[in-house]
Amino acid sequence: MPQFEPVLLARIHKADSTSLEGYRADGGYRAYQKALGMAPADVTKMVVDSGLRGRGGAGFPCGLKWTFLPKDHPGPIYLAVNADESEPGTFNNRILMEQDPHQLIEGIAIACHAIKSEKAFLYIRYEYGRSYRTLFKAVQECYAAGLLGKNIQGSGVNLDIQLHRGAGAYICGEETGLIESLEGKRAWPRIKPPFPAIEGLFRKPTIVNNVETLCCVTHILDRGVDWFKSMGVKPDPNNPRDPGSYGPKLYCISGHVNRPCCVELPMGVTARELIDVHGGGVWKGRKAKAVVPGGISMGFLSADELDTPLDFAGPGKVGCLGLGTAAVVVVDDQTSMVDVLFNCCRFFAHESCGQCTPCREGTSWMRKILDRIRSGHGKLEDLDLLLEVAGSMGIIPGTTICGLSDGAAWPVKNAIKKFRPEFEDYIREGRRSITPAQELMATH
Amino acid sequence: MPVLSEEIREQIRAEFPNYPNKRAVTLPALHIVHHALHQVSLDAIREIAELLELHPSEVHDTMSFYGIFRTEENPYGKRRVWFCRSISCMLRGGEELMQQMCEKLHVHPGETTADGRITVEFAECLGACEGAPCLLVDDECHVNLDEKSAAKLIDELR
Repeated sequence: MPQFEPVLLARIHKADSTSLEGYRADGGYRAYQKALGMAPADVTKMVVDSGLRGRGGAGFPCGLKWTFLPKDHPGPIYLAVNADESEPGTFNNRILMEQDPHQLIEGIAIACHAIKSEKAFLYIRYEYGRSYRTLFKAVQECYAAGLLGKNIQGSGVNLDIQLHRGAGAYICGEETGLIESLEGKRAWPRIKPPFPAIEGLFRKPTIVNNVETLCCVTHILDRGVDWFKSMGVKPDPNNPRDPGSYGPKLYCISGHVNRPCCVELPMGVTARELIDVHGGGVWKGRKAKAVVPGGISMGFLSADELDTPLDFAGPGKVGCLGLGTAAVVVVDDQTSMVDVLFNCCRFFAHESCGQCTPCREGTSWMRKILDRIRSGHGKLEDLDLLLEVAGSMGIIPGTTICGLSDGAAWPVKNAIKKFRPEFEDYIREGRRSITPAQELMATH
Repeated sequence: MPVLSEEIREQIRAEFPNYPNKRAVTLPALHIVHHALHQVSLDAIREIAELLELHPSEVHDTMSFYGIFRTEENPYGKRRVWFCRSISCMLRGGEELMQQMCEKLHVHPGETTADGRITVEFAECLGACEGAPCLLVDDECHVNLDEKSAAKLIDELR
């Protein structure tokens, strides 16, 4: 197999990877020039034809989303760039923004031309200070060079990009939570419909796209649809609703591996290859017990599921919620799944926005039950109780507005289904694994 | 005597042209005030609301939702250090690192050292999992830490 040549990460190790001059020397903004010479509908058609699916977690076809905008709308139409990357284990957007900001800005500019938007808001989580400063400088460079602002390159096209910093809330990564937050409110997700394409930011038609998705758009314009579709996984012929998983993807690898990293590969690489080849194997000569396939919301692969291909369809076939953010977190065989699951439950209890009762109460009770088990006071019935709580929260059972709740439930469902004997032994033996460090944070 | 100086007010007003309405300036305004004063007091909330033509309760509602803003009862110190406690850092000793630094500084998470120099907090995933365990000083991330390197970093904070 020939060595895969990265595209999205091609420039990140260059000395001047963040400057406009360096970007242009590598052919930067050539794709935008090309897009400006095309009708917006033709740009959209290219992205539709490429089969690009959103990289932020849900995998919705990007071009199709753009076509949902009302036709001949007087405007304004907004693009909201979702740079609120917060799914535990995920850091690929940060690398793109810190190391190659112009690749993203070019993608934003192309997308805005396609959807006829003159204003993009880039919602970036507060914790990404370095990304913010890098992007801020890059945006200023673009204004100075006439790549942003009024009548860009004499095309008659106008575009402003406004950076907007979040304030430490995971839920802002949900697209309507992000919109509410941008409007200056608490980030409570909205009931859909109306979808943002019809009524979004400031009640105007809005497209929300992830950072990596927009970076892909840049290369689709530059290299063409056939290039994008030359890699990845074709649709399942037995499933007419499967749009396939085309293109390159950034995979994050962290946890108990020798070389945690972010690597770009064609969609569909297996978890095993990511761990053994790209992550340098499990650390300390140990074996993997469990692997998070795409951020903790997606649940867990067990050790005998590591040959699962990480495309949009793969993780679902072994009971995970989906590909998510393609952030792989490896848990070694010396680590207790009870402790890992507690960490997941604590996260979601902390990050539930509190709007829907099943999520607010469910996440909090799951954390408390895990806490009880870890204090040595667990009962075997607690495992079914956890499954009952997890099974009654989320969009899938139809009890909440957004998918945070499904993501909170999934690690619980997967852990107890795939690792039940370990949980039972833990409870029967009356083990206790709360650490002094965790007691310091006990009430949160 | 207003809490917000004319300089702070100018910074907030400068954000108005960037958004279609003033309410959208709530988060930028809170960040500006919080950064300058290390807290957002009830008086500051009232003054922000006046600038944005909102009811103070609307500003408070937004502010209280987000994790980072501190009130007048609990302002942050000169520097703010956040330890990541989410899965990738936890698997590589992030929680113990926070505990060690809390012991070193004689504080609990959320508290500020007696000299007002450092506020220690925990954070959910900081998005630097390839460098776990990691921490944030204000909004700048530091990675691949152990007890020794974290202690050195903290000792050098002024």
